[in-house]
Amino acid sequence: MSGADGTPYAPHTDSETAAMLSAIGVDDEEALFDIPDAVAFDGEFGIEPRSEREIRAECSRIFARNDDLAEFLGRGHYGHYVPSVVDHLADRAEFLTSYTQYQPEVSQGFLQALFEYQSMLVELTGLPVANCSMYDAATALGEAATLADRVRSTSGDVVLVPDHLREGKRAVLENYCAGADLTVESYPMTDGNVDVDALADRAGDDVVMVYAENPTVRGCIEERLGAIGDLAADADALFTLGSDPVSLSVLEEPASVGADVVVGEAGALGLPTAYGMGLGLFACSDDFLRQVPGRLVGAAEDAAGDRAFTLTLQTREQHIRKERATSNICTNQAWVALRAAIHAATLGPDGLVDLANDCVREAAALADRIDEVKGAAAPVHDRHHVREFAVRVDQPAAAIAADLEAEGFAVHAIGEHLLQVCVTDLNAGRTDGLVAAFEEVI
Amino acid sequence: MIHDQADYAREGEDVHEPLLSEKDETTVDVREGSPLPDDLTREELTLPAPSEPEIARHYTRLSQMNWAIDSGPYPLGSCTMKYNPKFTEDVAADPNAAIHPDRSARAAQGNLELQYRLQEYLGEIGGMDAVTLQPPAGAAGEFTGIAVAKAYHEHHGNDRSEVVIPASAHGTNFATAAMAGYDVVELPSGDDGRVDVEALEAAVGDDTAALMLTNPNTVGLFERDITEIADIVHDAGGLLYYDGANLNALLGRGRPGDMGFDVMHYNVHKTFATPHGGGGPGAGPVGVVDDLAEFLPSPRVREREDGSGYEPFDPDETIGKVHGFGGNWLVLVKTYAYIARLGDEGLADAAAKAVLNANYLAEQIDLDVPYGPFHHEFAATAGERDAADVAKRMLDFGVHPPTTKWPEMVPEAMLTEPTEIEGRSSLDDLAEAFNLAYADSDEALDAAPNRTAAARIDQVSAARDPKLSWQALDGE
Repeated sequence: MSGADGTPYAPHTDSETAAMLSAIGVDDEEALFDIPDAVAFDGEFGIEPRSEREIRAECSRIFARNDDLAEFLGRGHYGHYVPSVVDHLADRAEFLTSYTQYQPEVSQGFLQALFEYQSMLVELTGLPVANCSMYDAATALGEAATLADRVRSTSGDVVLVPDHLREGKRAVLENYCAGADLTVESYPMTDGNVDVDALADRAGDDVVMVYAENPTVRGCIEERLGAIGDLAADADALFTLGSDPVSLSVLEEPASVGADVVVGEAGALGLPTAYGMGLGLFACSDDFLRQVPGRLVGAAEDAAGDRAFTLTLQTREQHIRKERATSNICTNQAWVALRAAIHAATLGPDGLVDLANDCVREAAALADRIDEVKGAAAPVHDRHHVREFAVRVDQPAAAIAADLEAEGFAVHAIGEHLLQVCVTDLNAGRTDGLVAAFEEVI
Repeated sequence: MIHDQADYAREGEDVHEPLLSEKDETTVDVREGSPLPDDLTREELTLPAPSEPEIARHYTRLSQMNWAIDSGPYPLGSCTMKYNPKFTEDVAADPNAAIHPDRSARAAQGNLELQYRLQEYLGEIGGMDAVTLQPPAGAAGEFTGIAVAKAYHEHHGNDRSEVVIPASAHGTNFATAAMAGYDVVELPSGDDGRVDVEALEAAVGDDTAALMLTNPNTVGLFERDITEIADIVHDAGGLLYYDGANLNALLGRGRPGDMGFDVMHYNVHKTFATPHGGGGPGAGPVGVVDDLAEFLPSPRVREREDGSGYEPFDPDETIGKVHGFGGNWLVLVKTYAYIARLGDEGLADAAAKAVLNANYLAEQIDLDVPYGPFHHEFAATAGERDAADVAKRMLDFGVHPPTTKWPEMVPEAMLTEPTEIEGRSSLDDLAEAFNLAYADSDEALDAAPNRTAAARIDQVSAARDPKLSWQALDGE
């Protein structure tokens, strides 16, 4: 051991350390540091080392301070039940403790798993290229905008987004756009769907990208995707569609409605809501193959003539292309992509379709029940919904949400008199309680 | 000790695990029994539908074809592949921590407290006044830090267009500056491998927004002139950015904040031992000095004034957001657990042993190491041999090779970072692998590797004719 006060994760005994110092030809470890006195640190952080047991108890105590709530929260970030097999396989140390596959000959396992993940997204989106992850839905959207800037020869600089968009997602997009001198503008929604006429009026030469979501952030299924795709194409703008792999299992295939890029939150599979941690889905047309951000796994051949896998088209990436790279991303969410792929395999197409259909049915059923509560009306938008829907309440929404929280239920307050409720397989068993709480507080 | 992936295959048989799609393809009629009208749905969905036992075997087999830090040495330079303590996984798996990010602050006091504590820890370790945990990786941290610097300059009415970066820097630095809308000024290295102070003086001026610096740099050298460097940049009105990739060398012995750095990112999957997961997730918290704190992403976390708990708040001049929510939460939890386990002495010891190991290993190998004194990593040169070939041969000797052919200032570079976790015997094995591979015949190097799951992979033709999905393979 490194001594009682050293790191527990270095194996050196005192005699080994002495022998190594002697082999180097110095007296002590300090002699190995070439830090001028003027900037050397000899103070203390004041961090007391604790044992494993103490830290587990400490963190367990801290996390127990989160209230025990039934969460009916979504707005683009979803949790579904993750089967145990996902944890057990993804937690295998060969996966979890590996690095990026810079030596593919000893990384075939992870490369194949990522290749399979990409392939699943190709099936779900209908687009031929999917990368092996971005950080989350918001950063994937940001990358789509800079992709649009690179591939569109028009002089435009406007990215059009729906006015129903998560504030956080828009804020991330604004930061990606700022560096590329792009401007983000919103177009109106009408009754929960894109106002296609208003969008048509706005779309023009100055637009490089049109973004829409299906389902929308309010859970509505978008009914005129084809028309949106057409008008984006007419404006020579990229059509980027936001979605998630569960919804994509049943909704119109993005490629069939003219989507050039699909982004979104693929962490709907494989991850709990995890306080916002995600998995950025990114798929696109092969027209943009050499402009794609992030890592791509490709099939290759090895010297024995056998099929093998490798990171490919790396000349797009920062470690080779530097300031001319398509993005600065290197570390991504590969292990989360592995989890999503295992989850998708566990469900299979039947399971995915069933899960998505349940998301549609449960949302409709819960909206009907809340609609019966006096002083509440749901769904607000006369649309089909996936997982979530807006609720109009007579009283101030923020107060209702706070009262519901006091009853043990978390919902979104999204407007002065608007709530939003999200139901999935994880909380479907708590809907009786939620409806009762609505009746109680309204 | 040789870990032979080829052992998993039987002689003369196809060693490969079939793709899931080659095991099963099931097509589902989506519209049959759908609660949705046909015009809103796809017609069908075709994906593998393996049974759970088949899934278990598939991914277990794949895992056997994958090198990991738990397999053996993984001395990739500038990647700091250290052991990932198992208990941090259990800490992060606490179901009470896995809450939805849109909860009210009142109902998320536990997570806010942990975020606050981690901000404080990281601030101490880096010598920074304020920290955001939001950036989801090191490169995202760079982007955040440079965006903060840009906001600072704009706020003060400074129109600056350039970021200065040493030639030896990580490629991300250049890409980050470009993403943030800056022109890149590349600074050639001095003869001693460090920043050439005269060249720096010539390069900075009224247009300089920042200098991005890695210290120790990418060949492990401490920038001894850091005080002078900081003065030059600050006198020109620029900011000093610290790339945290090599912070493991400095823990407890030097803090970027004390060296004049204004903004930095931490690579927690490097310095603080969170697992890299085959490419991610990481986390790239950013620390800044007081003057820049008001520009950090929103929200940050602080104690309530009445001491009753914690609250998120928006810095006055915030740049907004760099992640949809608060970043890679589960990774941040593991970071906290690791720092708590080591404490002051453990962190300082980690740096000491990392530097000891690099220096010991360099003594044991037959390759030249042109620059020094180095700290936690060194760039050996393969000289007349091709560094990539030597690396492939090292795979046959049961270790993962170092980073090759980078940085470019060392010809045929083999950038090696053993980290503190290897003991003397492990380092001796690693040195033997270096020396055997380096001295091997041209034929052996050309034929390597041959004890791996795949033989040498033809990357050039893979890129020329990309096959990125099983659907693309079906067309063959």
